[in-house]
Amino acid sequence: MPNWIHPAAILVLGSFLIPLFKGRVRQAYILLLPILAFLSVATMDYGTYGVYNVLGLEMTFGRVDRLSYVFAFIFTLMAFISGVYSLNQKESWHHVAAYVYAGSATGLAFAGDFLTLFLFAEFMAFGSMCLVLFRKTDESTRAAYRYILVHVFSGICVLGGAMLQYQQTGSFAFDAVTAGGLAAVLLLIGFLTNAAVPPFSAWLTDAYPLATIPGAVFMSSFTTKSAVYTLARGFAGTDILIVLGVIMAVYGTIYALLENDIRRLPAYSTISQVGYMVTAVGIGTELAINGVAAHAFAHILYKGLLFMGAGSVLYVTGRSKLTDLGGLYKSMPWTFILYIVGGLAISAVPLTSGFVSKSIILSAAGEEHLMIAWVLLTLASVGTFIHTGLKLPYYTFLSKDAGLQAQDPPKNMIVGMALAAFMCIFIGVFPQALYSLLPYAIEYHPYTAEHVVWTAEILLFAGFAFMVFKKYLAGERTISLDTDWFYRRGAAMFMKLDYGLFAAVDDIVSNLYKPILNGVKKFSALCWAFDFKWVDGMVNGVAALVVYVAGDARRLQTGRLQQYAVTILLGLLFLVNIILFLA
Amino acid sequence: MKLENIIENQQTMRTLKVVLYVAMAVFVVIDIFMPRHHVEFFWDEIPGFSAAFGIAAFAAVVVAAKVLGKLFLQKDEDYYKK
Repeated sequence: MPNWIHPAAILVLGSFLIPLFKGRVRQAYILLLPILAFLSVATMDYGTYGVYNVLGLEMTFGRVDRLSYVFAFIFTLMAFISGVYSLNQKESWHHVAAYVYAGSATGLAFAGDFLTLFLFAEFMAFGSMCLVLFRKTDESTRAAYRYILVHVFSGICVLGGAMLQYQQTGSFAFDAVTAGGLAAVLLLIGFLTNAAVPPFSAWLTDAYPLATIPGAVFMSSFTTKSAVYTLARGFAGTDILIVLGVIMAVYGTIYALLENDIRRLPAYSTISQVGYMVTAVGIGTELAINGVAAHAFAHILYKGLLFMGAGSVLYVTGRSKLTDLGGLYKSMPWTFILYIVGGLAISAVPLTSGFVSKSIILSAAGEEHLMIAWVLLTLASVGTFIHTGLKLPYYTFLSKDAGLQAQDPPKNMIVGMALAAFMCIFIGVFPQALYSLLPYAIEYHPYTAEHVVWTAEILLFAGFAFMVFKKYLAGERTISLDTDWFYRRGAAMFMKLDYGLFAAVDDIVSNLYKPILNGVKKFSALCWAFDFKWVDGMVNGVAALVVYVAGDARRLQTGRLQQYAVTILLGLLFLVNIILFLA
Repeated sequence: MKLENIIENQQTMRTLKVVLYVAMAVFVVIDIFMPRHHVEFFWDEIPGFSAAFGIAAFAAVVVAAKVLGKLFLQKDEDYYKK
């Protein structure tokens, strides 16, 4: 396909040349890659490209339709903005990992079948894991390990679901999932894990705050939003997603209100925002799917901006706890102002991108008369304004001066933030620019008098409440328990149980095997002797077979790895059940 | 730096507070007289409902977070390091 260049190819393959360049040339090249990828997306036509036959299976690398287009558009745009922000990162392999990750997200958006999707999802998991590893602290290395395990789990679920679909329908095509039973369940669990839907959400808030500073900016954009895309394509109109999405929106907000870490707070707020999108996927009407795409688009920009702002504070001060920060607006005025733009956008203040995107989802919920969903989403939205729009900037930049030496970060970081901030306002002022990219034709006017007055009232009064009660919202030196407890503390407790109980049982079982094995061995020796002495040359095969069986039986006992994997899995399930029933 | 002069100036901050109160009042007044074109839920027609919702939502999420935090969720920072 000479007239179609895959943007993922540009970013993923192109990125491996980054370590070859130095200085200015390298910086120029780092900026050039996402620009080329973006231009390739911006100039492409709808259609199907890049269909290859691999080992008799059809892989479609370029399914370009309205839904995949809008996601690829924002992915490559954000790759550029994040690229600008990360320009002063010296480790060249960090840039490679970031672009492999971002490029694969674009590849995933254009994937027309599950095999291609799985391939890019694994690349994404690997690239983003490296962004955590490059932080090079003990804590982040452990978090990276937990992160990749969760994504291996989700990857296997997707692959398993795809295989079962193939069995049922004879096709790996990735469209609205019609396969029933376990196939759909596995695919859904895989997608929900990647979208950080509770209880599969703790990987996000565990890993993002421990990633490198630009790494967290990249990570905030691609993984959950590509999962939202897969949900929108595969499971639009699945009712349970409304329930899960609403729970997710409220859950993220509750945790964010308690959070003290300036990058974990926006991570929880991401979960809350993705909850909006998951709810809209569940609603599944044309307006709702438009809302999903619009909100993902706007969210990537303002959440990237918020992570850039928080990252800049960490970059300059080396601190990431609200309890250690305060009064930074004087020394970091640009970071402060640009962060505030992101804070206003996520709070859906009129004239920002959040206002024109979030309201589509609320309208879609209203049209379907989903009263409870509407109330809880609006509740979460007020919470978002409180924690990300007010609490975080207030206790970082205003409040009592913590006396930290600081200044604005390097220029490229400011420019990255400024680009994102510009987009937040541009979309807010010219919403039709965003609406024209949406999957379905849309006739939607966010700036009606009722809507503006409604929003202004709710924000002003909630803001007033914050002003009065803000001292109760100051950061506290605590961390909050989340479902990662099960594999962080729960697994350690399980290992104790394993050594104490299962290892003992294992020993007994091994001992039981011994006499059987010995018997088999003796029998085979006997056979061999019998064969050698009496039926030499006639029934050689019998002895050989028995020796073979004996050898295999012996391997049963030493096949410890599988044995342990199974015991660990069963044990974990067992433990989770005990805890669930006790709690 | 100009930003500092604005934020550190007590007089300016007092003025800003007054602006906030006036804005709150103005929007509620507009809300009372504003004709409704789009009514999806019954509360869309109640003037000032969203103002009350803003306060109530604040109270709900903050109290919920605080209660859950104190009872179950919040632990020492070195909880996982022990």
